[in-house]
Amino acid sequence: MKILLTAKPGTTSQVKTGNWRELVYPVIDIEKCIGCGICERVCPEGICFPTGEKNSSGKGFYACDLNWCKGCGLCASECPVKAIEMKEEGK
Amino acid sequence: MSNTKNNIKYKAPLSHQLNPGHSACAGCGMIIAARLVMDTAGPNTIVTNATGCSEVTTTQYPMTSFKMPWIHSLFENPAPMASGILAALKVKGLEDKVNVLVVGGDGATFDIGIGLISGMWERGENTLYICYDNEAYQNTGYQSSSSTPFDANTTTTPPGKKSSGSQQLKKDMIGIALAHNLPYVATASVGNTLDVVAKVKKALSIKGPKYLQIYCPCVPGWGIEPKDTMNVARSAVQSGFYPIVEYIDGELVSKKSAQGGSALGGVTKKVSIEEFLKPQKRFKHLFKDENGKLEIAKIQKIADENIEKYKLI
Repeated sequence: MKILLTAKPGTTSQVKTGNWRELVYPVIDIEKCIGCGICERVCPEGICFPTGEKNSSGKGFYACDLNWCKGCGLCASECPVKAIEMKEEGK
Repeated sequence: MSNTKNNIKYKAPLSHQLNPGHSACAGCGMIIAARLVMDTAGPNTIVTNATGCSEVTTTQYPMTSFKMPWIHSLFENPAPMASGILAALKVKGLEDKVNVLVVGGDGATFDIGIGLISGMWERGENTLYICYDNEAYQNTGYQSSSSTPFDANTTTTPPGKKSSGSQQLKKDMIGIALAHNLPYVATASVGNTLDVVAKVKKALSIKGPKYLQIYCPCVPGWGIEPKDTMNVARSAVQSGFYPIVEYIDGELVSKKSAQGGSALGGVTKKVSIEEFLKPQKRFKHLFKDENGKLEIAKIQKIADENIEKYKLI
């Protein structure tokens, strides 16, 4: 039997951990977002990211990819302008 | 299901050095620190990793979350492995172009690997040792390590009639590192992400063995809410319970931090130790009776002594 000792870089991205989420998921209000990037730094999954687009007040806003979000709520509790709301799953 | 509602048109670019899909708990402090460190160190880095959460969660066979060369060995081995990698880089003439990072938890650093880490420091290898300090063997079920603080409840130090949790004081790893005459020794907390980034950058600009200890709350082990990870990491610093220090060539240095206030300590306003202990289930037994109050006073004394010793305010 052949056993591989090495793995291809970054391959865990095929594991979608979004189904770990049980209670809440984040929703970013793009009009409130000031593009400070704190959510990107504090997200344990690293899936908050700048979209490269601007909202009506000219600020580059962030989005998050729920495919991997485990729903910890760190982004919402750290957001300085409270632009992220944790909504109940299934609503 | 809810994916359809939230900005579905944006796909994560996966631009970090650590990909999602790892099995770290929701709100894990260690993985935040790992991402900050790896992003700062960049792709030209070789990482050796001790056994622990940082290894188990990121590399489920046959996958890995890392985009850089990464190698795992047993608890005690990453430091000598880094020495070997440096020797190989030297033969290839690449030793100035590649960063060598050693990552270990507090069990691997404070207990099991300390002899070999001491050897690596004594040889003066050009490595950066990152210790993510979550104050117990959280990966195997919250057994106490020599980093576990006084009075904490772990599965091997349960509180009861005759005991109030762990009776040992936390090992002074910073003092041990300083005794090796390292050019750079520092502590940081994930509660201040910019400080972590700045310290990694600074450490990598210095040649020689470096030591950086990052305070990482553990959600299940400490019994905190996932969303409180940052708050607990910050209140530990603000109360003086976990001193944030930075030594260059053995000198305690002071500078303004990126988030304002003195980075030397990061204590911008002092909070009481209760504010730090209250959200954690591992200290819950201290809030039950009168004896607990006496124990809290002892922990407050430890924090006050830290503030005085490292001149945090």
